[in-house]
Order: sequence, then C-alpha cells, then structure tokens
Amino acid sequence: MNATVVVILALAVGTYAFRLVGPVLHGRVEIPARVQELASAGAVVLLVALLATGALTEGGGFAGWARPAGVLVGGLLAWKRAPFVVVVVGAAATAALLRLAGVA
Amino acid sequence: MRSPKRTPSTPQTPSARSGDRSLLRDSSLVWLASGIVGVSFGAVSVAGGLPLWVPVLMSVVVYAGSAQFSAVGVLLAGGGPLAAAATGLLLNTRTAAFSLAVAEILGTSRAARFLGAHLVTDETVAFALAQSDPVRQRRAFWISGLGLFAVWNTGVLAGALAGGALGDTARYGLDAAFPAVLIALVLPTLRADAAVRRCALLGAALALAVTPAVPAGVPVLLALAGLVLHRKPAAGPEGPAGPAGPAGPAGPAHEEAAV
Repeated sequence: MNATVVVILALAVGTYAFRLVGPVLHGRVEIPARVQELASAGAVVLLVALLATGALTEGGGFAGWARPAGVLVGGLLAWKRAPFVVVVVGAAATAALLRLAGVA
Repeated sequence: MRSPKRTPSTPQTPSARSGDRSLLRDSSLVWLASGIVGVSFGAVSVAGGLPLWVPVLMSVVVYAGSAQFSAVGVLLAGGGPLAAAATGLLLNTRTAAFSLAVAEILGTSRAARFLGAHLVTDETVAFALAQSDPVRQRRAFWISGLGLFAVWNTGVLAGALAGGALGDTARYGLDAAFPAVLIALVLPTLRADAAVRRCALLGAALALAVTPAVPAGVPVLLALAGLVLHRKPAAGPEGPAGPAGPAGPAGPAHEEAAV
C-alpha cells in the first residue's frame, strides 16, 4: 500500500517536472530561435513516431491487422481532407468491423 | 481576451466564436475516446486487485494515459514499485520536449504556466500545434486540455466503480482512433513543411525499427534523432549560435498581443 503511494507520487512529481521544463525555461532563459524551431519540429517528430508505433505495434510486437487497417483508413480520409469526425469514426469503425469479422 | 489588432498575415482568420465551436467539436471526439479509455483504465486497475483510490489518484496527479497503463501493468504483474515508476517516467520523458514546444502557447501568467504544464499531453500538443495562428493555438490548447482532464478523470472514476462492464475496449476500435487523430492533426504540418516531413519520416522509421528491442518509451525518444535532417535555414552560420553572437530579439512578433 505504502509502496503504491510512493510509485504514484514519484511518477507524478517526475512527470510534472518534465512538463515544467518548457514553461519554466521560457520565462527565465532566452531560448534561441533555432532551439524553439527545433522544439516545435521535434514535437511533430514525436507525434509522428507515436502514431507510427501506436498504429503498428503493441507490447514490442506487431499489433495485428485490424488496427493498422483502421489507422490506414483514417489516414486516407485525412489525406482527402475529410472532416475530423469522419477520420476518427472511420478509423475506429474499420478496426471494430474487422474484429467483428474475425480479423485480429 | 480578444486581441484588438488584426494581424495582416492571417487574412482568413475565422471569428473567434465559430473558431471555438469547431475546436469544441473536434476536441469532443477526442474527449469521448479518452473517456472510454479512462473507463477501461479504471476498470482494469480495480479488476486486477488494486484499491479504487489508486487509479483515481493516479489519474489526477500523474495524468498520462500510457504511463498510467504501464505503471499499473507493472504493479499488477508483480514487477515492484521501482520498475513501475521507472517505466512510467520513461514513457513521460517526451512531455519535456512537448512542454518546450508549447511553452509559448500556454500563456504568460504564472498560473497559466503552472496549470498549463499539467495539461501537456500528446493530444493537447497535437491540437495546439495544428492551429495556424497563436491566438487559436492558445484556445485549442486550453479547450482540449481542460476538457480532456475532466473527461479522463471522470471516466477513470466511473470505470473503477463499474468494474469490467465495458469488457475489452479493443472491440470498439479505439486503439485505431488515437493514431488516426494524430494523423489528422499533424498532416497539415507535414504537407506544408518539407524539412519537418523528412525528420518525421526518419524518426518514425527509427522508432519502428528499434521497438522490438528496447523498453517502451525509448523508441519514440530515439525518433528525435530524425531532427538531424532539419537543416538550419540559409541565413546565418551553421551550428548552434554562441552566446557572444549578435542575439537578435528572439521574442515572436505576436508577443505584444499577449495579455
């Protein structure tokens, strides 16, 4: 029980510290324009890496076919500039229907 | 607070009200999906034998979906508290990079920065960066962030109380919804900015390549190596500017409009 509280607090404090890096540095230190540029490019790089690993992998292995197929449909809809709701629902519905049909 | 000035570089800025409506509409989908994931987090935790307060407290003070799932997963698998905390922290390391990217967007007041920092998640950062002008970026961050925080925590509490009523949420295809949300949000940037596109493709390839071999959280961090392809624009010397260099005013042009 106590160990669990320690886990939660350590995780909370550490995570909040990570999240404070930007806001704290921003007021105090003159962040060079080049660093800011790299930070916003880096955020997009992280998001794309998250979506790629999130679409294709699960627990270090392949996530199965239903999820990547759903994400692919969502991606194609986004490419065609479909409304946000269509992209999201399209992706989820594709994966859900494939699973209903027995595709893992 | 509305800026009294019209920025000439953004001629097609929609009115703030209709802009907020579209932000609300798009955000609400992400809230819905996150709420259901929250329900499953609460349910999984309690069904695994943790007391109700554990997922509930964790969701409020840690507030990071993937890290919470991993930490609870390690705890339930008997991996010990140290491993649970380390896994969660490793997964959340990326929020440092995110917070740097949105530091400007949060706002300038002390309260906005300290409260806003807690709302820095994959979704809020993606939402904010997807907007075209600074005012809309700030609105997008706060609208998506406050709503997500409320829905996530409500969902976790509901799930912890209800137990496993929803069953396996993979049935709803939500695992495909989140990567699709990210695609929709980053696609405009990827279309417009070839330099970022190159970095992102290399980064994603690196992340996928190392995923089977390294602990969770590391692949995404390694993706940042893709930034080596981000060339400095032609003006100015190569390499990081020294402190002795002629430091131009780094403050962005819209600073004066911020309140």
